[in-house]
Amino acid sequence: MPAEHATLTMQDILVNLLIFLLASFLGLELIRHVSRLLHTPLMSLTNAISSVSVVAALIVLANPRNSFILWLAVIAVALAMSNVISGFMITERILLMFRRRKGGERE
Amino acid sequence: MSMEVLVQLLYVLAAVLFVLSLKAMSEVRTARWGNWAGSAGMLIAIVATLLAHRVERYDLLMGAVLVGAIIGIPIALKLPMTAVPQRTAMSHAFGSLAVALVGTAKYYQLYPDIDRFTMAVLASEMILGYLTFTGSCIAFAKLQELISGKPLIYPGRNFVSLLVLGVAVLSGIALVVDPTQSALLPVMIIAALLFGFLLVMGIGGADMPTVIAILNSYAGLSAAALGFVLNNKLLIVAGTLDGSSGFILAMLMCKAMNRSFTNVLFGGVGAPMPAAGAAGGEARTVVAYSPDDVAAILEGARLVMIVPGYGMAAAQAQHAVKELQDVLEARGVTVKYAIHPVAGRMPGHMNVLLAEAQVAYDQLLEMDEANLLFPECDVAIVVGANDITNPAARTRPDSPLYGMPILDVDKARTVVFIKRSLAAGFAGVDNELFYLPHTMMVFGDAKKVVTDIVTALKKA
Repeated sequence: MPAEHATLTMQDILVNLLIFLLASFLGLELIRHVSRLLHTPLMSLTNAISSVSVVAALIVLANPRNSFILWLAVIAVALAMSNVISGFMITERILLMFRRRKGGERE
Repeated sequence: MSMEVLVQLLYVLAAVLFVLSLKAMSEVRTARWGNWAGSAGMLIAIVATLLAHRVERYDLLMGAVLVGAIIGIPIALKLPMTAVPQRTAMSHAFGSLAVALVGTAKYYQLYPDIDRFTMAVLASEMILGYLTFTGSCIAFAKLQELISGKPLIYPGRNFVSLLVLGVAVLSGIALVVDPTQSALLPVMIIAALLFGFLLVMGIGGADMPTVIAILNSYAGLSAAALGFVLNNKLLIVAGTLDGSSGFILAMLMCKAMNRSFTNVLFGGVGAPMPAAGAAGGEARTVVAYSPDDVAAILEGARLVMIVPGYGMAAAQAQHAVKELQDVLEARGVTVKYAIHPVAGRMPGHMNVLLAEAQVAYDQLLEMDEANLLFPECDVAIVVGANDITNPAARTRPDSPLYGMPILDVDKARTVVFIKRSLAAGFAGVDNELFYLPHTMMVFGDAKKVVTDIVTALKKA
């Protein structure tokens, strides 16, 4: 079992902070280069991706201390999964509509 | 290889796929591949988690996934493109509530054995999550027009909002000092919920592109904070990517309006203002033209620029506009579209609507490109946009719009302005453009007017 119940060590915290900072810089760089045409599908995509929080809900769901915690996790799984499913599907639908040239050929 | 190592490797793979998926969004050509990469990353992350953590209540898990699918799939399949901003607000609400609920569950799970660092992260995660939830719900209600899009303004509004936020933050700090004071948790949660509600109630409809981007950023950041609490690096990476995406989009929107974050969040712009501008000058008259007059002008045109705004979405006029483009192109006219960054109700809104109507995306020009072209334009047709074309932004230092980058529609030889009525735009400012000698005002529903112009052109 991963030790998510153990108290975090100082080293964990620092490593996580480093990851957070690197991810911020990477994110800012990546998003800066996203085509302006695609800002709407970008939003639905990042939305779906950040719903990887479903993983956190699953971890809590696997080891709930009481039924209150269990149900909070169940609701969270349902909410996050609906975002995951509809997020990727809508992004696909939107991207399918973008055509480069007249006559409707897809690029 | 131990299970633990395998799971961590799968998490790394998922994180890499998420990064690649955003990278692929830099071009339309690769964007679909990016979406598939993101989906694959998500699948891998979920499978890895289920490998590492034995869920006993598989019935509940399956039930939850099923409910998620029942909510998610019909929305994804049936959603009209004009309603994408609403659905985005809704997904921010769902995402942030999920994160906030897991944070709450985690508090009770760890209780009373919570160290201060974990509590500090949990508290900020919950405050951010819950305020994003109610804020996004209000944004959804405003976009769906369940409630008025006008900002709710009352004396001392910002004081009340900040007071409520203060209660949330102070309860959070008290919890960090002593994490076992569980009675403070509901106080903090309710204050955060109330603050999100008050914050977005005070923001007007046309500021929604910025608000949605900010809420996007908050939802991502709260997911990243949850990653800190669970020591889950994948969650930190994915949440941070989402957070920075929302942040950049919000910055772009603010820049496109020449306003600051603070001004958007607390400025209450868009409230009905005392008629300062209108009362100032003499009564000016506007000549109303008919769709037939417009068709006559278009017959002699060689370059036509179409400037869409929220009104095109509201009237569902994108297909009619594409028909106009087709008729003009059949006559040898070059047709381009000028897209202002804040046109519509979310970043990129106009591009999606026009893509839906099968307008080729190389005909969609960004503001800078379009502004170079306006002086050569024979006709500029404004469909449901207003403030983003107002020359007062360039010329009148006393105007609330002054300094905002606009589309230089007035430089076209003829301006056709399709508008429902002579009402002022969102910013409550009269548009100089209406009174210019080379402007033709056509009043009516955008879709009907455009269709009438098409009919007239076909007859000619």
